Amino acid sequence: MENRITKLFARKKKNILSVFYTAGFPTLQDTVSIGIHLEAAGVDMIEIGIPFSDPIADGPTIQESNKIALNQGMNVELLLNQVAELRAKLKMPIVLMGYLNPVMQYGVEKFCTKASAAGVDGLILPDLPIDEYVKHYKELMESLNLSISFLISPTTPDARIKKIDALSSGFIYAVSSSSTTGAKKEFSKEQQDYFRKLQSFKLTHPFLIGFGISNHKTYSQACEYGAGAIVGSSFITCLKESKNQQEDIHQFVQSLIS
Amino acid sequence: MNYNVDESGYYGQFGGAYIPEMLYPNIEELRENYLSIMAEPSFQAEFNDLLKNYVGRPTPLYFAKRLSERYYATIYLKREDLCHTGAHKINNTIGQILMAKKLGKEKIIAETGAGQHGVATATVCALMGMECIVYMGKLDMERQRPNVERMRILGTKVVPALSGNMTLKDATNEAMRHWINHPTDTHYIIGSVVGPHPYPDMVARFQSVISEEIKKQLQNEIGNPYPDYVVACVGGGSNAAGAFYHFLSDEHVNLIGVEAAGKGVDSGESAATTALGKAGVLHGSKTLLMQTADGQVIEPYSISAGLDYPGIGPMHAHLFETGRVQFINVTDDEAMNAGIELSRTEGIIPAIESAHAMAALKVMELTKDDVVVINLSGRGDKDLESYIRWGKY
Ligand SMILES: Cc1ncc(COP(=O)(O)O)c(C=O)c1O
Repeated sequence: MENRITKLFARKKKNILSVFYTAGFPTLQDTVSIGIHLEAAGVDMIEIGIPFSDPIADGPTIQESNKIALNQGMNVELLLNQVAELRAKLKMPIVLMGYLNPVMQYGVEKFCTKASAAGVDGLILPDLPIDEYVKHYKELMESLNLSISFLISPTTPDARIKKIDALSSGFIYAVSSSSTTGAKKEFSKEQQDYFRKLQSFKLTHPFLIGFGISNHKTYSQACEYGAGAIVGSSFITCLKESKNQQEDIHQFVQSLIS
Repeated sequence: MNYNVDESGYYGQFGGAYIPEMLYPNIEELRENYLSIMAEPSFQAEFNDLLKNYVGRPTPLYFAKRLSERYYATIYLKREDLCHTGAHKINNTIGQILMAKKLGKEKIIAETGAGQHGVATATVCALMGMECIVYMGKLDMERQRPNVERMRILGTKVVPALSGNMTLKDATNEAMRHWINHPTDTHYIIGSVVGPHPYPDMVARFQSVISEEIKKQLQNEIGNPYPDYVVACVGGGSNAAGAFYHFLSDEHVNLIGVEAAGKGVDSGESAATTALGKAGVLHGSKTLLMQTADGQVIEPYSISAGLDYPGIGPMHAHLFETGRVQFINVTDDEAMNAGIELSRTEGIIPAIESAHAMAALKVMELTKDDVVVINLSGRGDKDLESYIRWGKY
């Protein structure tokens, strides 16, 4: 079967909205229902975060959601079961994003095999070095039809951007600024210069811009340069404050795209 | 057997650079330059001058006569406690601040647990006139008040780490996050042989002056550079790395690393990583790590804030796995008793970290001819509160 991420990007070249949320937050069982509400609200792809005790690339908002999810008993096994349940009710691509250690302890091969069987389409493992991926996991992930997205940031050297492009599958995750995750109000001129540079590279893979997207302005700026945007921290804040998830998720998505 | 780091940054299966892409340029810049900078004559000259005239090196290798009589062996103490600021930590911070200057960095960040590394970093930043921020767990700031004030007197900004359990692990997380947010003008002075490659190797090299001196001093003392044993405590493992470094390929020298068992290895309140850890990835390297079956990092415990870390440097994980270094662990009580014993027999109050190394004497089977060098990594001034609270003296 063709990978759902590849299919999505072949069909839709612009304005892709991918939303990140932490598995098992705000409550343990929310992983499934949040995904369903997001698809109903018009989102194109979801990234589900695997909670970790020491998320060094994340700002306070996502750190807190990790901690709460772990305290409630979230773990890789449970998450994979939830994803299988979600997949039965969902058409859009599902990406799992997480730090390497919980995946390593579960067993990378077992993890990839089960994730693929559960209907996961892609992985983002921010602290997996590219060379390790090539040496140990590339063949495995390709054989399971799992795409992998690597990050690039404004300080990534040009030659490395091209290397990352060559090794990524699906899409590239362009981090908007030199920062940890967290919501920002707008993009600076330097950030826009960097987006323009990426655009000019004519990379083989489409790129989505993430980190700091929180409102219609940052979303549409990201869409101007990349294939779309990834929203994380501001969605976690929305979930944290929500009294009615279905309605609030719908509103949140609407406020971004229109 | 090779115990040093290989070209791709590994010690056997351990090490590497498991970092988010945002940190890649910083780590790559350091990796490409650290060896050539360290080899520059101007770097060497300044490093050696500061170690001699500012830190007070070489530190004495002191023959502990009364202790030797008590344990029927020939026991030497490597007096890192006599370094400026009171511990070996400054050997590394001197090296790294010179490195930062060569790399054109303007600002320094660091993490600290007990505050010794924080103070050593604040000290060299004052010395070089560089801006410095130290992250310290909020809990540790409360436990180690005097060191917080020392850093502040030295002009450093101490920022409380409020995430996790608010101790050393969390301070390290916060320092890494700060670095992600300030990648170009800032150098991160890591305080032990941990973190992504090349940090473990670079820190080990800066600390290796300890074993370089031991060899020369022993040659003068006993006409032979090789002791039978070298003993050091292991938190992240920097003082041990320095004390072992030049003996690694001398396989007839027995190397002993002492970890903190806290209230006992099986008590659930321990920091004995080699006894309790499994291979995992934290703070940029693959190493032995105390963690749950789900791969979540476990908060360690030790009476000594400097040993209260859930991992060890990747080189130590390799030295453990290959059996080159024998790792033992001692409890809070055993360490405190050894600290009191050293105070009473030799008139030296050790840091509680170093007291763990001293406690090894009780379990080593020594004979009269055995020459033992114990690395006395720091002095006990900072631990007065803990000694008083423990109270059994
Ligand atoms: C005196 C002393 N010894 C040892 C340590 C432990 O660190 P390492 O294992 O890196 O030497 C510390 C850390 O704070 C220390 O202050």
